[in-house]
Amino acid sequence: MSPTKAKNKPSDTARPVVEELTYEQALAELEQIVAALEANRLNEAGQLSLDEAMALFERGQALSKRCLDLLDKAELRVRQLSGENLVDLPTDI
Amino acid sequence: MPLFSPPVPLSWTVTDLTRYLRELLESDEVLQDVWVQGEVSNFSRPASGHLYFTLKDSSASLRCVMWRTAAARHSFLPRDGDAIEVHGAISVYEAGGQYQLYADLFKPAGEGALYQEFLRLKARLEAEGLFAPERKRPIPARPARIGVVTSPTGAVLHDILNTLRRRYPLVEVVLAATAVQGLEAPLAIVSALRNLARLANPDVIILARGGGSIEDLWAFNDEQVARAIAASPVPVISGVGHETDFTIADFVADLRAPTPTAAAELATPNQADLRIELSDLKDRLSQLVQTFYSETSWAFKELLNRLERNSPITRINSDLQRVDELDHRLGAATNHMLQLRRTHLMGLIQHVAALNPAAVLERGYAIVTNQAGQAISRLGQVSSGEALNVQVSDGEFGVRVEG
Repeated sequence: MSPTKAKNKPSDTARPVVEELTYEQALAELEQIVAALEANRLNEAGQLSLDEAMALFERGQALSKRCLDLLDKAELRVRQLSGENLVDLPTDI
Repeated sequence: MPLFSPPVPLSWTVTDLTRYLRELLESDEVLQDVWVQGEVSNFSRPASGHLYFTLKDSSASLRCVMWRTAAARHSFLPRDGDAIEVHGAISVYEAGGQYQLYADLFKPAGEGALYQEFLRLKARLEAEGLFAPERKRPIPARPARIGVVTSPTGAVLHDILNTLRRRYPLVEVVLAATAVQGLEAPLAIVSALRNLARLANPDVIILARGGGSIEDLWAFNDEQVARAIAASPVPVISGVGHETDFTIADFVADLRAPTPTAAAELATPNQADLRIELSDLKDRLSQLVQTFYSETSWAFKELLNRLERNSPITRINSDLQRVDELDHRLGAATNHMLQLRRTHLMGLIQHVAALNPAAVLERGYAIVTNQAGQAISRLGQVSSGEALNVQVSDGEFGVRVEG
């Protein structure tokens, strides 16, 4: 989300559910939120409302938790090309 | 000569004699572990996959055979005219009545023959621009899927997977298993690279092989492998052999890693770094919100102050005070004025009282009026015999004019 979009007050329902985001997606959105808040701070004179800033903050916290959870729970998935297909490899390799 | 001999028959069968010769040769330790050098001729490789050729020099020749399994361990085939060294054991091919070398290894004879070939191919591909820095594609910082082209057996795959698991377990690995040495290896590697890009669509491909001799690594100096790397739609990281080994594949690859493990490291971010990055982002987020809060609450207090300064309550209070003050002043002023008026009024009353005709009557004067009630103040107003009315202080009485 860019600062411009933040001004458009996107509703929470318009954003994807945090628990369904990939690490990449969650991290990218987290970086955007930090940038949006920073831009607002630099701009001075409240581009964001307090509600919007709070919503961004809570979303950002959820996103960083999502990233950490993904890192903590991640297990390397290994598959192998077999002819035209991808087949799972045993995890003990 | 063997240490003991069977009884010598008067007449040998061909078979017995040939077998005797074979056993004689095979019992000689020197002949069972021998390197022979010479020039290749009559090279043939029939459908069986076995290799047949003759090794010769200026004055002698030696029949050689290499079984398919041993041949497959080699990355290149000798050609007629090549000078090579062959290792193996001397024995007898009984049906043919020929002694021959049963080869298990061969290598180019003379210092750096393969190296010369390596240099020639390298120079040619370099001239074509295949190694140009502008051809190198960036390696994605956080790949979602990594393709691995290597042998399915052995330590290399194990090392790569362990490294990926430790550094970046979020990534998905797709292995394209391939031979990494032997005659079939170059084509197998080419097809693994192509299939991986076509079927798995990885973000980056690791092409890896463990350490070995220059012959072992030869598949990675193959021109077709080099061209397949260059044609790959996905960036390729090479990790072939040890740190000191440089292959053509390394030069063509978008990124050269010194070892397979290093290739896995170059392909992925380290999760320890990711955790630091995350923690930094989280700190920045908290700090930003705190700043936002304090700025907002400062602005709020400022507004509150301004509001208070301009509050109607303040004005009303101040006005009320003014009203009190005015009221007080009004009271004081009114009292003073009333006093003055009263004094003035009293003076007037006394003055009016002094003018009251009744008071004059008290002093003995009388008021004479005619019958019409007109006050008589001159002689001309009366006539003789007219009845007049005389008012004195305590009443009135009638009189008649005489004369």
